[in-house]
Parts: sequence; C-alpha cells; structure tokens
Amino acid sequence: MNELSVNHLLGIKHLNVDDINLIFKTADHFKEVINRSIKKVPSLRDITIANLFFENSTRTKLSFELAEKRLSADVINFSSAQSSVKKGETLIDTVNNILSMKVDMVVLRHPNPGAAELLANNVNATIINAGDGANEHPTQALLDSYSIRERLDDLKNKNILIVGDISHSRVALSNIYALQLQGANVMVCGPKTLIPKYLHKLGVIVEHDFLKALKWCDVVNMLRLQNERMTDSFFPSVREYVQQYGLTLEILNSLDKEIYIMHPGPINRGVEISSDVADSKNSIILDQVENGVAIRMAIIYLLAQKKPLNK
Amino acid sequence: MSKNIILNKNEIGIILNRLACQLIENHQDFSNTILIGLQPNGKTLLNRLAQILTNKYDISELNYGLLDITFYRDDFRRNEKILEANTTDNLHVEGKNVVFIDDVLFTGRTIRAALTAVETFGRPNNIELLTLIDRRFSRHLPIQPDYRGRQIDVYENQKVIVDWNNDIVDDCVYIINKL
Repeated sequence: MNELSVNHLLGIKHLNVDDINLIFKTADHFKEVINRSIKKVPSLRDITIANLFFENSTRTKLSFELAEKRLSADVINFSSAQSSVKKGETLIDTVNNILSMKVDMVVLRHPNPGAAELLANNVNATIINAGDGANEHPTQALLDSYSIRERLDDLKNKNILIVGDISHSRVALSNIYALQLQGANVMVCGPKTLIPKYLHKLGVIVEHDFLKALKWCDVVNMLRLQNERMTDSFFPSVREYVQQYGLTLEILNSLDKEIYIMHPGPINRGVEISSDVADSKNSIILDQVENGVAIRMAIIYLLAQKKPLNK
Repeated sequence: MSKNIILNKNEIGIILNRLACQLIENHQDFSNTILIGLQPNGKTLLNRLAQILTNKYDISELNYGLLDITFYRDDFRRNEKILEANTTDNLHVEGKNVVFIDDVLFTGRTIRAALTAVETFGRPNNIELLTLIDRRFSRHLPIQPDYRGRQIDVYENQKVIVDWNNDIVDDCVYIINKL
C-alpha cells in the first residue's frame, strides 16, 4: 500500500495498521532527510498550511511548523489569544475566512473534543488534528509508537504502560488505539479518580499499584497532570501523588530489568518524573521530539498526496 | 505483449566493460570520485559497474551510494501514480567528482531532481551522468549523458525496460508498447 486510507488525520481510531506502517516507512525517509546539511525538500512548495492553535502549545506547534517548512510549504500561524474568536466568531467562520486566502491544509488544536471532525465535515481543506480536548492527539501517538519501534523493532506482544492522568489525556487515548492496532499489550496506571471507569472495555489492563505495573512493562510513558482540564479535586495533594506515582531513579534501579522511559512533554520535573530519570540513558524523551518532526512531515506529505492538483 | 529485444546479455557485458573503462579514463584511481546510483533503477547498474571496476580493474578505493529523488520530483500531486520513496545512503559529496548512474535517460526530469537532491549533502566539484540507454529526441530539459551505453530512437508510446539477470532471464534490454 502506498497511500493513506483517510483524507484527513482526525484520530488514530480512523486509521488501520497499513496506514501506520506507511506513515512510519515515509517517516524513515524524512528522518534521513532532516539529518542532511540541507534539511529541506521541495515537495509541498505549492501548498499553504494554516496552523490554528486555540490552545497553548510549544512542542507540537513548533514541530508542525518545522515539518511544514522542511517540506517547503507556505505556513500561516494563528493563535486564538490574538484573534477575532474573542469577538464571538464561530470556529467554522474563522476557518472559512482563512481558507478564502487559498489555504490547502489546516492543523487544528482546539479545547473541544470533535472540533477537528467538525471542520473536516464542514470546510473544504485537509484537516490534521493536533489535539482536540481530551479526545485524541494522533500525531503524538504516532511519534510515540515510532520511537518505541526504533528501540524494540516491533510492538507485537510488547508491554506498554501509560501512567498518570488518563482521564484528561488525549495522548493516552490516541496511544491506546495506536499501540493496540500494532499488537502491543497496554496497561494504564494511576489513581482511581484519574482513570475512566469503563477504560477496561477498550481491552486495556487497569492497575493502581505503580511498582507492580513497572515490573510488567517494557516501556513506560509518563503523563503529566492535566491541571488545566481538571474541574475538581482528584487526589489529596501533589505530594501524595508524587509518592505513589512519581518515577524516580530509586524505583527504576529496584526493577530487575531495563525499561524505556517516555514522556510526551511538557515535563513537570519532580512530579510525575524525577530529573535524573528524565535525563537517564533509558529515557527516549528527546528521541520523541526529533521523531515528531519526521512523523509530521510524513503525515503532511501523505495527506497532500491524496489531493491531486487541480481537482 | 511483444518484446523487441535491443540488447542481449553479451552486448550488455561489452557495453558495461566499455563504460567502466571510460570512467577509469576520466577518474583514474577514483580517490576523489563518488558513483551515485539513482533509485530505484540505477541500483543494479551501479552494482554491476562497481563489480567490474573492483574485480577486473583493481580499483580499491571506490566510493559509491544510492540517491532517492522522490521528494525532489516535479510531478508531485500532478500524476495519477503514487510516488513511493526509497532509501538514500549518507553521501559524502563535498568537493567530490560525482557520477550519476541510471539505466535509461528519457525526459531528463529524474536527473534534474537528482541535481537538486544531491546538493542537500554538500557542494560537489562536478557532476557527470552515465546511462546505459539514452532515448534520443525525448528530452524535456537540456540534459545529456557524459557516458552512454547505447543511444536509441523510441516512440513516445513505447517503454524501454532494462531486465537484469535473475533466476528466470538473462540480462537484456527491450522495448514494449505502453498499454
């Protein structure tokens, strides 16, 4: 297979395993390109991409922008803080106004789940979901899987643990879909209040004992507490959370095997992960960031390919 | 579909030997030269030439690698055919004499893309082009080979296929009509 089954990237749940393999294969080529002295290819020089960020972002926004520029696309950036959204404009109106400036593709981050899907159904442009509320963050999940596959070759029957605030995390949901699609076993771990009640119905193992979970896994993905999405008090104190679910070098050394450490960022050092673990040799956190650009280049390239010129 | 064979195994063998000798004439010991096969079709031709240069003419310091031009093509989104990328090696071309190697030279667009692609690795001293087959009167760009195996005239609706030796057939070059 050499083309994606979808015209937009709205979530991992819309992809199949061939799509994921194609994205990874294409990302391999782009990873080689971005390590050359000239890191740019001219493929998308006739494409304009709008990055619409209705929520704060550092990594994802920079990574998308860099990926777009490496592909030679024209890029416009928009953030809701300085926009007419504050004056009451609807999402579809905002995007249609931007599209009348001849934009071909929209990268959207929005606090509302389903925002990307709404756009895909209502505007004439290719949509990439860069995170919609607590729903999905497909590019993060893809770069996470890609980073694991670089270390473990294959995800089939590998044990992947996701720890932390699962309820408010779009990274967790997209990762669960992506990992399961590739044949991995997925376990989530965290306080009962931060794990959705029906998560086991997705075929995920739920564990509340952090040490037991760590002993099971080959890779652990540590998530931060999504304080900005918490409307209630979910645990007694941050200190207590750190004591129960914070990953320290001492815990890591107590395991009888080596595991890889991941984190989608931003890291709260000393909370979900200690500094020495984040910077340890088993940490692949910076690989995730580097791979993010290659994965996003692959996705943008493959989606652009789905829309032939003059059609 | 009828095949019109224009080169057989023996003829290809003689041509490859001549091309290797012409390369030696211009590049001597190859110490400042890199042979670059253009993916995917230049790969086998590169390997054959490298074998002859190393085994028959004792060139010990032969630098060679593969270059994929998919992301540098000018027909992205303009072609029904989906473009699929191949591997590119880490090429050291800075200050080197580069020889592009491809099986058939047709419109010249692949070579134009390769000229852009190779510069992403550095600034070569010069670039030459070697092709086994040169389709005359079919160029879209002002590009000509420096080393050519055989020059042929083929209609626009015909395709030139270079079939390298495998379990079923010997090396041969033939012409077929496009469907």
